[in-house]
Amino acid sequence: MSQPSISKSMTSGESGLAVVFAVTAFLCVIASAKALDAPFAFHAALSAAASLAAVFCIINRYLDRPAALPPAEINGRPNYNMGPIKFSSVMAMFWGIAGFLVGLIIASQLAWPALNFDLPWTSFGRLRPLHTSAVIFAFGGNVLIATSFYVVQKSCRVRLAGDLAPWFVVVGYNFFILIAGTGYLLGVTQSKEYAEPEWYADLWLTIVWVTYLLVFLATIIKRKEPHIFVANWFYLAFIVTIAVLHLGNNPALPVSVFGSKSYIAWGGIQDAMFQWWYGHNAVGFFLTAGFLAIMYYFIPKRAERPIYSYRLSIIHFWALIFLYIWAGPHHLHYTALPDWTQTLGMTFSIMLWMPSWGGMINGLMTLSGAWDKLRTDPVLRMLVVSVAFYGMSTFEGPMMSIKVVNSLSHYTDWTIGHVHSGALGWVGFVSFGALYCLVPWIWNRKGLYSLKLVNWHFWIATLGIVLYISAMWVSGILQGLMWRAYTSLGFLEYSFIETVEAMHPFYIIRAAGGGLFLIGALIMAYNLWMTVRVGEQEVQMPVALQPAE
Amino acid sequence: MSFWTRHQIFEKNSIILIVGILLVIAIGGLVEITPLFYLKSTIEAVDGIRPYTPLELAGRNVYIREGCYLCHSQMIRPLRDEVERYGHFSLAAESMYDHPFQWGSKRTGPDLARVGAKYSDDWHVTHLTNPRAIVPQSVMPGYPFLSQTEVDPDTIADHMRTLRTVGTPYTDDQIANAGADMKAQADPDNAGSDAFTKRYAKAVVRNFDGKAGTPTEMDALIAYLQMLGTLVDFKIYNEKANLR
Repeated sequence: MSQPSISKSMTSGESGLAVVFAVTAFLCVIASAKALDAPFAFHAALSAAASLAAVFCIINRYLDRPAALPPAEINGRPNYNMGPIKFSSVMAMFWGIAGFLVGLIIASQLAWPALNFDLPWTSFGRLRPLHTSAVIFAFGGNVLIATSFYVVQKSCRVRLAGDLAPWFVVVGYNFFILIAGTGYLLGVTQSKEYAEPEWYADLWLTIVWVTYLLVFLATIIKRKEPHIFVANWFYLAFIVTIAVLHLGNNPALPVSVFGSKSYIAWGGIQDAMFQWWYGHNAVGFFLTAGFLAIMYYFIPKRAERPIYSYRLSIIHFWALIFLYIWAGPHHLHYTALPDWTQTLGMTFSIMLWMPSWGGMINGLMTLSGAWDKLRTDPVLRMLVVSVAFYGMSTFEGPMMSIKVVNSLSHYTDWTIGHVHSGALGWVGFVSFGALYCLVPWIWNRKGLYSLKLVNWHFWIATLGIVLYISAMWVSGILQGLMWRAYTSLGFLEYSFIETVEAMHPFYIIRAAGGGLFLIGALIMAYNLWMTVRVGEQEVQMPVALQPAE
Repeated sequence: MSFWTRHQIFEKNSIILIVGILLVIAIGGLVEITPLFYLKSTIEAVDGIRPYTPLELAGRNVYIREGCYLCHSQMIRPLRDEVERYGHFSLAAESMYDHPFQWGSKRTGPDLARVGAKYSDDWHVTHLTNPRAIVPQSVMPGYPFLSQTEVDPDTIADHMRTLRTVGTPYTDDQIANAGADMKAQADPDNAGSDAFTKRYAKAVVRNFDGKAGTPTEMDALIAYLQMLGTLVDFKIYNEKANLR
């Protein structure tokens, strides 16, 4: 440091946040003591403990750190902040395995109901939200936060904005997951699919999410590049829109501020429309826009080729975010929702096919001139196959949103199969590919521990996906047809339970597919662990040797 | 200036980019959601819909807590096979007091929108305790613990007050007697059951789980299931007036 005599003092962020957490801890202790129900008391106590831990960590970090905060640049090169990214990457892998495991358990429960054990906290109804939240928000969310913090720094060539703020985002987000997940097991849910957490978890998520937006935006604002890179548009649209959706879908009034139960402001038909406006755009912006940002950064980087068409990415971006918002009502075809809304939803869902495939083409064609790398680089293969799955499910989706098709597919396993071809094939594979790239980069390793293991992961997981989605296609279409089958005398041919019985073999195949997908993820976790533990250190090039751009 | 050059204003200014995103994503939601709050045709004009009784409300909260909606829909579509299998297609009015709605998205089990009065209370107790005792091929979890937990008559009025704030028309009379009504609905010998049935049209008073004492979660859930889809009398429902 040029000024060695700088005196050490707490930044306003450190002291302010420590005080806020100390007060929060105190309030949570009171809330825990006055709680009306056991889950709320447990969550308040957990929050008190977490707040105290936060105060301890802030003070501990202050005592350990040098007087000056880490500089924004070292020798003219950005001093990237990798700590929070490492944390989120590790959490992503952890929650991924946890989420896939719970998925395997509930898939097995549908094949063998004895596995519910007739206990409240092990029954399907409580584990299913745990599975969906763990894979979407815990696994997917951590991948998104980790990659967005990495991409925004690299593409803007500046250090991440904020000192404690990025840590607040990654730790605070994972604490939200903890509260949500334990809540489901204890029966705390507002029953809105993919938005099950109760009012206090929603409030906490709002604070964390706004901080996330501010960190991301502040980093873009202080960028060294004149243009905002295309991946960052998608990340920004994802962060902003998820905030809007979260606020729109969750306005709830708690029965008491010392209890977990609340009632949502919207009722009946309006609540249904808000829910699926949210639900479909959680798919559109969390599981699509955010992961498209990953595609736009990681595929060109890994293939060492520029994005196929910059103009296509502009059209892709605006068309996608404009059209997606309209698609929600296709979840409510033939319900009590008015026909005009259903028709609008269907029309826009079909139009959505176009920007979706525009994005797919932009991703795949980036490989122009580098297709040979698919033979030698299983990580790139994973990324490219994820885009192929994206193309497949974004064709299947518009098709299922057509009312006559939907009259057969709705309420059946076809929907589950469709979701999983997107979730396992697209979101899963693009996340795996991104993590395989990211871990060696942020831990300064020359490469992965073993490409052979990546290859094994790829093939085992692909086989798992194929088993999963084909089992669900057959069972979904079969059940849909059985429900509407008539005898020659004009009576319904099958009782409901006969259609349940017919699902049994497919539920076993589906569970097997899920099991393979889980095994793949375990191989991946081992590979990444060994990469960090024994991987060869990458030698940092001295600044003087860096070639002129 | 070409279109592509013009677009640079978004690429070079993060605030303009954010405002652009917000405008573009606002349109679809506003067009599809806002009219549902003011178009009169959205919810049919129907007689008979009333808010849930205290016991039914407690049962509904058990239904939500256990995630029943993940496998059972409450929305019969106007398709021939569904109407024949489950009954008249669901009306928007039938869920107008549902905070949140329970239409569901998957039928691992059958639709429950009109399950009320289809099976006996005994059937429900046995089936909820061990579904395979009645339906051997069923894949539903058992809920024996519902019989062991009592519902709380002291706090149910707070729930109804909260619901009134978000728009459910509970009367002062209904809220003042919430706790007593909760006990009365599960106990035919209760002195308050006549007053209770006056407060809630078509409400059924029965000892749903067949056991004496404070109502259990089993009582509450069965009370809820037994009223589902029973409020509208489709013999006098004016189908033509409500065509949309």
